[in-house]
Amino acid sequence: MGLLEEKFEDNIIVASFDKILSWARSTSPWFFQFGLACCAIELMATGASRHDLSRIGMIPRSSPRQADVMIVAGTVTMKMALRIKKLYEQMADPKYVISMGSCATSGGPYWQYGYHVLKGVDIVVPVDVYVPGCPPRPESLIEGLIKLQEKILNERPLTKKAA
Amino acid sequence: MIHEQVLKCLRKKFPGSIVETEEMPADFIPIYQKNWAEIAAFLRDDPDLRFDSLQCITGVDLGEEGMDVRYNFHSMTHLHKIEIRISVDSENPKIPSIEQIWRVGDWFEREVYDMYGIIFDGHRDLRRILLPDDWEGWPLRKDYETQETFHGIVVPKVKEEWE
Repeated sequence: MGLLEEKFEDNIIVASFDKILSWARSTSPWFFQFGLACCAIELMATGASRHDLSRIGMIPRSSPRQADVMIVAGTVTMKMALRIKKLYEQMADPKYVISMGSCATSGGPYWQYGYHVLKGVDIVVPVDVYVPGCPPRPESLIEGLIKLQEKILNERPLTKKAA
Repeated sequence: MIHEQVLKCLRKKFPGSIVETEEMPADFIPIYQKNWAEIAAFLRDDPDLRFDSLQCITGVDLGEEGMDVRYNFHSMTHLHKIEIRISVDSENPKIPSIEQIWRVGDWFEREVYDMYGIIFDGHRDLRRILLPDDWEGWPLRKDYETQETFHGIVVPKVKEEWE
């Protein structure tokens, strides 16, 4: 910024409000801590200093009311599935879901014989990005989050949709 | 050594409580479930035995031979341990509770009840501990069949084409 600093009178950016809105949303998707199993360890590693999620604008929140993104990290049991649905419904719009790891995506190692495991969190809530891996490394999760940011950036929330 | 000592004590104190066979097993003591609560209190309180720590309660489904409940005891005072096995009827599985003798037995018994449906007579709060309260069936029994749906969610695998 050094070259541009203190060189202008009034600075104005001209853009459509729609674009600014989606840009603002995409750069600060606060995520809802949802560690259910070992994927939560990688989620913690992603949030910690080496990978540092806050540099892409993501801050962990402990309440669904304050969160934009729910990262479902781990095995979803039948007992938990009902609670996931409830917590998803408690989040304010716009809301997004990331399915992290094999278990949340398809049931993982329990997909055939696990009587108590939900075979994919997409059965109860709509998923935006699937991150494969068992568990995914922090790099994979960050890739997934950047994909989600791209998706939010390309949304036009105020524009009338073609019928 | 402790094994013979417990056998001797039980034969003397509770005659007819041990399942006598020609060749007595060397690593556990099979007993009848009659008087089990009194025997358990004796095992804890007798100064020579003093099994003050209940380490584990396991249920076992042996198929046609019925079901077993197995207790592992350890003595912090004398540093010896013993395993007690009690068989129960698969049709009407019932066994006296020892929850009020070792408080840790509370959750152990609830877990065995959760997985095998064995009723612990005298337990003050016998309900499921891991599975949802309205789950149907006892998952670790040999004849267990998973329920079709749980609160509208399909339980068995739905992604069959993934094979």
